[in-house]
Amino acid sequence: MSSHAAEPHTPVFVGAALAQLEALAPKYPTRMALLLPALWIVQQERGWVSDGAIHEVAEQLELTPAYVRGVITFYTMYHTHPVGRHFIQVCTTSPCNLCGAEDVARALLEHTGCGELGATSPDGRFTVVEAECLGGCGFTTPLLIDDDFIEGVTVATVPAVLERYS
Amino acid sequence: MGYPHPIHATETPVLSTHFGEVEARSYSGWVARGGYEGLRKALTMTPEQIVDEVKASGLRGRGGAGFPTGLKWSFMPKDDGKPHYLCCNADESEPGTFKDREILRWTPHALIEGCAIAALAIRAEVSYIYIRGEYTEPYHILQAAVDEAYAAGALGPNAFGSGKPLEMIVHRGAGAYICGEETALMNSLEGRRGNPRIKPPFPAVSGLFGQPTTINNVETLAAVPHILMRGAAWYAGLCLGNPKSTGTKLISVCGHVQRPGTYEITLGLPMRDLIFEACGGMLPGRTLKAVIPGGSSVPIMTPDEVDRCVTDYEGIAAEGSLLGSGGMIVMDDTTDIVYQIMRLARFYAHESCAQCTNCREGTGWTTRILERIVAGKGKASDLDLLMDLAENMTGKTICVLSDSCATPVVSGIQKFRPDFEAYLSGARAPVSLGI
Amino acid sequence: MSTELLTVTIDGVPVQVARGTAMIEAAKMAGIMVPHYCYHPSLPSPAVCRMCLVEVEKMPKLVPACVTPVADGQVIHVHSPAAVKARAGVLEFLLINHPLDCPICDQSGECELQDFVFQGGRASSRFSEPKRYNPVEDFGPDVLYVPNRCILCTRCVRFMESVAEDPVLNVSERGDRAYIGIDESQRLDHPWSGNVVDLCPVGSLLSKDFLHKARVWDLDGSASVCTGCTQGCNITVDTRDEVVVRLRPRPNLEVNRHFICDTGRADYRWMNRGDRAEAPLVRMDGTMYAVEWDAALARLAALVSATSGPVVLLSGGRASCEALGWTARLLEGHAVTAAMLVPMGDEAPLGGIPDLALRRERAANLEGARLLGLAGDWDAAIVRAASAALVVVLDTELSDADAARVSQAGTLVHLTTVADARLTNAELILPITSVVESQGVLVNRDRRAQRVLPVRPAPGMARSAWWVAANAWALRAADRTAPATAGAAFRALDAFEGLSHNDLGFIGRVVGAVAAEVTR
Repeated sequence: MSSHAAEPHTPVFVGAALAQLEALAPKYPTRMALLLPALWIVQQERGWVSDGAIHEVAEQLELTPAYVRGVITFYTMYHTHPVGRHFIQVCTTSPCNLCGAEDVARALLEHTGCGELGATSPDGRFTVVEAECLGGCGFTTPLLIDDDFIEGVTVATVPAVLERYS
Repeated sequence: MGYPHPIHATETPVLSTHFGEVEARSYSGWVARGGYEGLRKALTMTPEQIVDEVKASGLRGRGGAGFPTGLKWSFMPKDDGKPHYLCCNADESEPGTFKDREILRWTPHALIEGCAIAALAIRAEVSYIYIRGEYTEPYHILQAAVDEAYAAGALGPNAFGSGKPLEMIVHRGAGAYICGEETALMNSLEGRRGNPRIKPPFPAVSGLFGQPTTINNVETLAAVPHILMRGAAWYAGLCLGNPKSTGTKLISVCGHVQRPGTYEITLGLPMRDLIFEACGGMLPGRTLKAVIPGGSSVPIMTPDEVDRCVTDYEGIAAEGSLLGSGGMIVMDDTTDIVYQIMRLARFYAHESCAQCTNCREGTGWTTRILERIVAGKGKASDLDLLMDLAENMTGKTICVLSDSCATPVVSGIQKFRPDFEAYLSGARAPVSLGI
Repeated sequence: MSTELLTVTIDGVPVQVARGTAMIEAAKMAGIMVPHYCYHPSLPSPAVCRMCLVEVEKMPKLVPACVTPVADGQVIHVHSPAAVKARAGVLEFLLINHPLDCPICDQSGECELQDFVFQGGRASSRFSEPKRYNPVEDFGPDVLYVPNRCILCTRCVRFMESVAEDPVLNVSERGDRAYIGIDESQRLDHPWSGNVVDLCPVGSLLSKDFLHKARVWDLDGSASVCTGCTQGCNITVDTRDEVVVRLRPRPNLEVNRHFICDTGRADYRWMNRGDRAEAPLVRMDGTMYAVEWDAALARLAALVSATSGPVVLLSGGRASCEALGWTARLLEGHAVTAAMLVPMGDEAPLGGIPDLALRRERAANLEGARLLGLAGDWDAAIVRAASAALVVVLDTELSDADAARVSQAGTLVHLTTVADARLTNAELILPITSVVESQGVLVNRDRRAQRVLPVRPAPGMARSAWWVAANAWALRAADRTAPATAGAAFRALDAFEGLSHNDLGFIGRVVGAVAAEVTR
């Protein structure tokens, strides 16, 4: 499934990242409960969750890699493949769809050069995916670019929005 | 000040009073606005007194099910020697719903205070606030507020010097609508796939980490400090229609209205007033075609039904739909309702957890039939097939995601059949799918 | 466990069951099968397949029978119109993405999807969209995963997680994209992982060993017991044209629940050896001659009677109680040293099931030999054999060293399934049946006496070892009559307190001094 298995894995959970994980540990009665937070830490550190990171998380939390993989694939926000420097989620679910979200999505694909959903632009700058409801239905069209929630994006404002991300 | 528009005369601002005020996000700003008095009062009360007060207020769950909050709290066992947990469901993900987001980002301390009071009521020492992964800004604001509340001594092992511990942990989801289902949320929080659990056992018996747990929606909890401070009678008096529907409700209105946004109404307000006055009505030259009043999972309403409807639990039910989460999707006459129902079905197909056969396969099949219809390849038998599949998807599964997918399909076909037939007959040009 | 009994009515049949019993089990007791996929009595129930929805009077919705305990006085309908319609709906959903490849599917003929669709599915499909497609995956040494046939019942995942306690399988992805996943770095190679193939209700998890070997309707099966170790797991032996092609677990809640280990599962090739001894051979003037049984038995009786000096009985772990007991009886009057060969291996427990493991002692009837007093020290017996007047080797293959020692004995009688050229001093080579060709009783480590039944005829002139021994015994004195059947041969053994084959039934019975303590 993944073609990145061969890449050597540099451990994520050392130094500050390990401290961050262990600081969370007392907040939960089980170690398994640290799984989502641990994966967030991996993604924050590396931008995506590699096979090596899956194994590392499994070891840290006394789980099996298969278990961790089953959980990761349940959630849409963890990337199991490398993505562009900026990850753009554009909501196209009904409320946004009513207000032109698909046009915004098309504009994003065009202006980023991604061409198609899920693809990364040739310059490695962007990856654009459709999101199912970002919870910004009153502020169409909302984008989630990395951690930034951007409201009210229109086809016309797409270039200006993208400009902020190098 | 309301958000994102000024408070309208039809509104009753309680929870939304400070929406839009950046200062209200800070601990000191919140205290200056009368914050944490409710918690201080609760710390002097017994759990039973808190539960009774909330029961008397008539507060019902604002997440969608509308279950009486005080009654829910009273299900928690007493003196069982087990740890109890409070879960706050901040996984707002129902299409059309974005009202909790405003609480999280403008008045996070209202939620923290509500959680703390609820925790006292159910004898929980630890509260987890599960916030959807996509709510990045609200997450950072909420986490900062929790940190401040700890620093101020409102939270911690000895809340406000009362000797009572109140621990609060903000836990991020990672992109899964179904985690808004209470037992799926618990599984997710435990580090599992967000699969809903079989009930019984109910959370009050065996919930988070197998312990007695109460789970409440953000808006429900945010209302609690107000009830404690101003009294159950005051809250119960906020009622324009049915006495079973008391208090205020945040309604997030989106779609084809002049001023989409989150509005706080006293329950019982005529739906027309909300749409046509508070929200400014339709865009110029457009007319109302349909409203989905309570998040995408509830039956679609026609303009006639909207005209008659009062916005409370019973009023909307009387018109055949549900108040649900209070996420109102308004569609005008330009709307391709078949396409939108296809999008909703696709949403549920995308979000199905894959456990139950009917949901896993039914949501996908329903979506593909609808996609085929809008692509101009529908068959005369498709509508009957969709209706029968919907029946096979309703009331048959562990949770109601499957039902939620069926609902807009059924109400759409029942109420907007000509729109479907236009595609089937070729009267309407096919739509090319994909972006 | 409470013994309080509740009365419920299921499809009109009243039945009394213990409080806490799930509806699906209560229905079983009423003789009614509630169709199901995800439910399995040896696994936790997730109630996800939704096949077992039943209608209960006074309950608003259909309820999953697998996780809903009965309540007193309930009236349950498994075959009401609403339940039947719901089931047909689930079957239709399961079939939409399921390929119509039954003609090339190993599960065909024992497929629960076929069975239930035949019973209550739609005659034709209403699905006109393209089917989901995923390639076949290699999960482990003996398991292939065919995702297109998978109905996501998750039995395999739950088995690996809760029973094998080695969670290498998962459910990956969501919605109708979901499939059973495995981590690339891991293999489905737990010593008990082959059970996922049996657990899979459809042809999604396949045994490579059995792949395309036979259509299951061409198989003959028989109840038996695994001879791989002292656990005594109950199995079904499947043959095609008298060739053993598959061993499967046979449920026995007291011994192996629904499982067998992979070692036992694979332990059948020896049953298909082509070099079987097929005629009794008697040494005459230094040369072995094939003879009729009458001649062979007469020679055996005479040999035993003529023996003066120590006698050694060396048996293999598969020798039945009947074979052991009657061979010992044949040797009565002599000073007999008896031992059973017990090869040793590693223990491989199935973590989630108490008292279930591939045992270190790889001798199925070791406990039977002990009960009969025929399980002395092997090495001592071998030493003794070198100088014994008569050695009887019963159904075992000796090591080269042991064979060399045994060859020094005065006289040797070999009751065996295959001739052994190393035993140059054999006076008699008597062809006997293997465990798949004869009836017999094996006693497992918990002293549970369990029957094996034949699944194919004996090759050539081979007879059961007990028959050989008993008939020779009868020839040694005038007033003796050999038992006519294995059952009679068993009943005659004092160690088993008069129990008959019938008494043992198909799940066996604990015997001997410990029986009273072990009643469960």
